Amino acid sequence: MENKDSLSNIENLIYNGKDIGDGIVSSIYERAEKIYKEVVTNDTNNNNIESKLDNILTSKLFGYPIMILLLGIIFFITIQGANIPSEILSNLFFKIEDKLTYLFLNIFNAPDWIHGFFILGIYRTLAWVVSVMLPPMAIFFPLFTLLEDLGYLPRIAFNLDNAFRKSGTQGKQALTMSMGFGCNAAGIISTRIIDSPRERLIAIITNNFVPCNGRFPILIAISMIFLGVLSDNFSSLISTISVIIIILLGIIVTLLVSKLLSSTILKGVPSSFALELPPYRKPQIGKILIRSLLDRTLFVLSRAILIAAPAGGITWLVANITIGDATLLSILAGFLDPFGSLLGMDGMILLGFILGLPANEIVLPLIIMGYMSEGAMIEYENLSSLRTLLVDNGWTIITALNVMIFSLLHFPCGTTLLTIKKETKKWRWVVFTFLLTTCIAVGVTFITNLIYNLIF
Amino acid sequence: MGLTNQSSGISLIRKKFNIEDNNKIVLALAGNPNTGKSTLFNHLTGLNQHTGNWPGKTVDNAQGFFTHNDKEYLIVDLPGIYSLLAKSKDEELARDFICFGSPEVTIVITDATCLERNLNLAIQVLEITNKVIICLNLMDEAERKGIKIDIKKLEKNLGVPVIPIIAREGIGVNKLLNAINDMVEEKIKLNPLRLKYDEFIEKTIKNIEKKLDNILDENFNKRWIALRLIDSDKSILKSINTILSNE
Repeated sequence: MENKDSLSNIENLIYNGKDIGDGIVSSIYERAEKIYKEVVTNDTNNNNIESKLDNILTSKLFGYPIMILLLGIIFFITIQGANIPSEILSNLFFKIEDKLTYLFLNIFNAPDWIHGFFILGIYRTLAWVVSVMLPPMAIFFPLFTLLEDLGYLPRIAFNLDNAFRKSGTQGKQALTMSMGFGCNAAGIISTRIIDSPRERLIAIITNNFVPCNGRFPILIAISMIFLGVLSDNFSSLISTISVIIIILLGIIVTLLVSKLLSSTILKGVPSSFALELPPYRKPQIGKILIRSLLDRTLFVLSRAILIAAPAGGITWLVANITIGDATLLSILAGFLDPFGSLLGMDGMILLGFILGLPANEIVLPLIIMGYMSEGAMIEYENLSSLRTLLVDNGWTIITALNVMIFSLLHFPCGTTLLTIKKETKKWRWVVFTFLLTTCIAVGVTFITNLIYNLIF
Repeated sequence: MGLTNQSSGISLIRKKFNIEDNNKIVLALAGNPNTGKSTLFNHLTGLNQHTGNWPGKTVDNAQGFFTHNDKEYLIVDLPGIYSLLAKSKDEELARDFICFGSPEVTIVITDATCLERNLNLAIQVLEITNKVIICLNLMDEAERKGIKIDIKKLEKNLGVPVIPIIAREGIGVNKLLNAINDMVEEKIKLNPLRLKYDEFIEKTIKNIEKKLDNILDENFNKRWIALRLIDSDKSILKSINTILSNE
């Protein structure tokens, strides 16, 4: 009875008047509200702690400040608490290094290059990775897991929904972004919850702009050893604030890039979604400790060690193989140096980022390794001497700041890139993400450096 | 029902949803996510279920079977959704099944602790079909939170049966089964809520409905299709198109 003609007839019936859809939807909602008010009595609503709490945590006025405050408290505790164990660990490791050196050179009579490769290369990098990264992680991850366990993360998504909507995407991206704080690869896999392919791509491309577990320690370590010492009395506070500013910068860049993408190559209207705020839960402290220490701290640390060990060895080799009268390392770093200084950094730092592609965890240890193997080998036994090392190599506030910014914005790690390929099925988006993030990192650090140089 | 099924081509439409068995009474289970839909589904069907894919989609389609009062039922667990406005794949699927799969009874399971949002979906389902039973789940949690719901008033407002249940413990499920039975036997008087829109929308609906009369037969809810067309919902056309082209 029906045929194609009749179908095109229907097509002609589609009404193109505006606002009518809104009228229909609001009729439905109004009726639902009316019935609800008529049939439901809620005598404890006002005493309901949960909804009261939600009203505050997700309110327009307090939502953001509370969010920043909570993150701030976590970073403050981390930075305050990590200082001492970091010192103890690095002291310990470098005492062991002395013993090992003695063992290698005097007992085993090992050749210099074996001692150099294994002790000055591999062991020393590992010592840095563990002493710089383990204490902040061991404090930060349990605290962050506690926040997760309480059910606060969905409230963050709720708070950010509006901002993401204005950027042409949707609030679910706030959730996948939050996942990215754990691990960008995991964050990218979690974008499967976003139905619209367009919004999903945006979420994938921008996920890297929040620091992951691997990059938090770099941010925290630099803020501790460099920015914190700017003031004697408020060192932890300054470190905390600088880390928070970096994270906020990451979120702002996420929003701006989302907006840019959704108004250029990935155009479209934001789709609607409903976010359920799950009930708050009593955190299970034991589980949090086990999960955050085993699953996160040890996972990140072992990944860092696995990659840092060979990378440390290679860095030592590169630093000790000479071509003509310069080492390979100084040639490479020297080659990158002009570009690095344009961005307020130097060639060694850029080399660290490039060599750190497999895992962001090892960028800072690589940079330190590079500096140490270049100059005369001075004993560096604690964090304040680490600062001396950096200053000796020309670090200023802008260097520290731009390393943090570059770490935040630069190309994703190898695992994340492969995950993008897996999820989008196209190399094109991998290349695009790589180029976009790198360009933004270069652009932003260039500008901050320019501004710094104009002012000072 | 058997007669109308054969005469109308509904069986063909249902085949598109992988329902081959025409001797069973088909039920649809709809509801918001996290309302205990799957809990109820599992409770009703036990191990008697199989999952597959919706036609051409990657969303799971779970069907189950059970017998009550000597009647054999086939129940389709629709994806959890917030509305039928076809903004997502899931919503489109649920809408297509409720509208074109012509289930004998559509059960809308709602969360008693946040009824207002759940009512939005219930009202939209009522726009498509008369044969709806509203299930108020999580009654225990609502009670714990001090939420009281006047079931009689709600029934009067919606014009269809409202059954309070606690799906987790199976409380109220028997009442639900009896209500399904009564609805299938047409023992229940239905007076389903139909929203009246403003004059302009209503007039436009009437106009389009009239035109649709020439194109679609009585198996389609033309008022509702007209409503979707007014909302410039193009996905409904695609759905009608696929369903008609196979006839």
